[in-house]
Amino acid sequence: MALLRNARVEDDDWVFVADDQPIPTDGPVVISFSRYQAERDRLNDRDGPLGLVLDSDQTPRDIAEDVGRFELICLKFPKFTDGRGYSAARLLRERFDFQGELRATGNVLRDQLAFMLRCGFDAFEIPDSVNALKWLPALSEISVHLQPAADGLPDNVARRGRRVFGGISGVNQARPAGNTEVWAR
Amino acid sequence: MYRYDEFDYTLVNERIQQFRGQVSRRLNGELSEDEFRPLRLMNGLYLQLHAYMLRVAIPYGTLSADQMRMLAHIARRYDRGYGHFTTRQNIQYNWPKLEDVPDMLADLANVEMHAIQTSGNCIRNVTADPFAGVAADEIEDPRVFAEIIRQWSTLHPEFSFLPRKFKIAVTGSPADRAAVGFHDIGLKMRRGPDGEIGFEVVVGGGQGRTPLVGQTIRDFLPKADLLSYLEAILRIYNEQGRRDNIYKARIKILVESLGAPAFAELVEREWEQTRGGGLDLPGDEIARIETYFAPPSYPPASVADNALTQARAAYPVFDRWCRVNLSDHRQPGYGIVNISLKPTGGIPGDISAEQMDVVADLADQFSLGEIRATYVQNLVLPHVRLADLKPLYDALADAGLATANIGLATDIISCPGLDFCNLANARSIPVAQRISERLADPDRLEAMGALRINISGCINACAHHHTGDIGLLGVDRKGVELYQITLGGRGDGDAAIGSIIGPAFSYDNVVGAVDNVIGTFLEQRQDGENFAETYRRIGPAPFKEQLYGTA
Repeated sequence: MALLRNARVEDDDWVFVADDQPIPTDGPVVISFSRYQAERDRLNDRDGPLGLVLDSDQTPRDIAEDVGRFELICLKFPKFTDGRGYSAARLLRERFDFQGELRATGNVLRDQLAFMLRCGFDAFEIPDSVNALKWLPALSEISVHLQPAADGLPDNVARRGRRVFGGISGVNQARPAGNTEVWAR
Repeated sequence: MYRYDEFDYTLVNERIQQFRGQVSRRLNGELSEDEFRPLRLMNGLYLQLHAYMLRVAIPYGTLSADQMRMLAHIARRYDRGYGHFTTRQNIQYNWPKLEDVPDMLADLANVEMHAIQTSGNCIRNVTADPFAGVAADEIEDPRVFAEIIRQWSTLHPEFSFLPRKFKIAVTGSPADRAAVGFHDIGLKMRRGPDGEIGFEVVVGGGQGRTPLVGQTIRDFLPKADLLSYLEAILRIYNEQGRRDNIYKARIKILVESLGAPAFAELVEREWEQTRGGGLDLPGDEIARIETYFAPPSYPPASVADNALTQARAAYPVFDRWCRVNLSDHRQPGYGIVNISLKPTGGIPGDISAEQMDVVADLADQFSLGEIRATYVQNLVLPHVRLADLKPLYDALADAGLATANIGLATDIISCPGLDFCNLANARSIPVAQRISERLADPDRLEAMGALRINISGCINACAHHHTGDIGLLGVDRKGVELYQITLGGRGDGDAAIGSIIGPAFSYDNVVGAVDNVIGTFLEQRQDGENFAETYRRIGPAPFKEQLYGTA
């Protein structure tokens, strides 16, 4: 799989550790939600950034207190029609103030990138076979938004000056994580 | 009427360009049909039995004369010269070519129309009372909020891949002409404790194989909180709605399984977080949308028109049409004219391009350029001077659009059925046509009073058969089409689900069976009761006895 991040294909610097493998003592590692639950306290001793994978039936509401521990959260889309990850992403960004990389994995399709970006994703796992350059235009096909979301971009009401823009938590969401504003241009 | 501003225009035009790209990627094989399906569905394009079908949104059922002319143009240019009005205030074209669809959408955009979210597992086109803004009993115009919801839900990034489709209806009158009890969310405008106007929120209504009447989860919601509350409902549904079984994926199943009070509590808790934020509706934004729906300035009209009285006395057929097809307008001297798209033996909801042009011209001439589409598959001219009724009637009659059967037994709601739909088990349209012919006698028809017949070709219930006084459901038994009859349903304020009366009837016998049910009703009715009243009084037994013989 290739990694589309910062509007280009980048190398993945993260190591995904299977549940039956030991967790390296240092370096960036990504573990499953069940592993995290089981080894939550022991992970305090570790050096190096921690990443988490959430399946679509696992909700970030269960890690609301812990999001600050993660520098990467991967939300899995088992099928592109399973849209739970969109709500999970907005909750992470807007309610739980997750500042790290938010990566969409699994069945990620070109024509979903724009929705994902608006919900707060800033990295996408895409098939190797894909020419990522052909996917990038999908991010800017629609320039007008009729509702506030996690990208911090003003919607039509805000652009008419009728309210300050903001997402679900009500605070202004000019979010530093990622560079989604640049992406969306 | 609402008019697009720069944001709406830009969005719709960019959306067409995007879809043009998606269609060309499909045509050159870059996209598989599986990958293309959700994209075309979100643009209203279905693949039916014989061809693609394009469903065009008519937000809350309001149309201008120019928009109607464009619908006629599209029917002529890209289809076979007709269109079909649906049970959700939309219009469908049954024969477009895939490569033409982006051009059809571009033509629609020229008159501020689109097909966005008329299908797919997203928030669908929002429906409203077709008499909005003119009904005599209205509290407030529901279209203001239907438009606000349309904008908020359009290409919503979080809610475009819901467990299943999601339908919202809004009504501003105590009399429910939008079937709010049978929607995923029904919003009823009402007065709150301090006299201010807001919404009663009803959730979890629906039809299909598990028909359920929606339940109230909030008695009163202030206007400013509408979108944050909707977002809370949608988020809970998106997170918790079932995704393992398409037949259990609608919100009604979630509400049913949790119980309405528990579901309401989840929503309220989520809403504590969503309210007071970026979705709060500023008063001046509501006011801005309201100006689009301000009442027109009505040219003066006399309340008692001598010429009308004389014409009604002189022409009994015209008089009948006035009795049956005219509804009360809030403006003295005006009436709401219902145009039946159910001529004797016709296909319910079908209209030719020529008829569309006639309706558009008559709207310009007699109805301040405005038209409405109803969920019972008819059209409405909402602002007609009573003094203009006779010339309007004459012109409608010339175009075959003056059938006097609104709300009567031949005003049948029917889905396309097996003639077009790949989900159907049985034909619907020919059954509707035969019933319409059987019950055509206008005197008998009017004497029967209000009587709704609904015909669905399968359990998905697109024709709302559960809500009909008489509902027919097409089923397939070993390759043979059979029709189950349900009695006693209601789609209005007293929403109720009909009950199956007994074993199903064959295609050949079902029309006789319907006539038999009506015969029992006419025999049993007292003091001018309508069908629903008689049924409520005597129950199913006498109908059963007449249909199947004594046990």
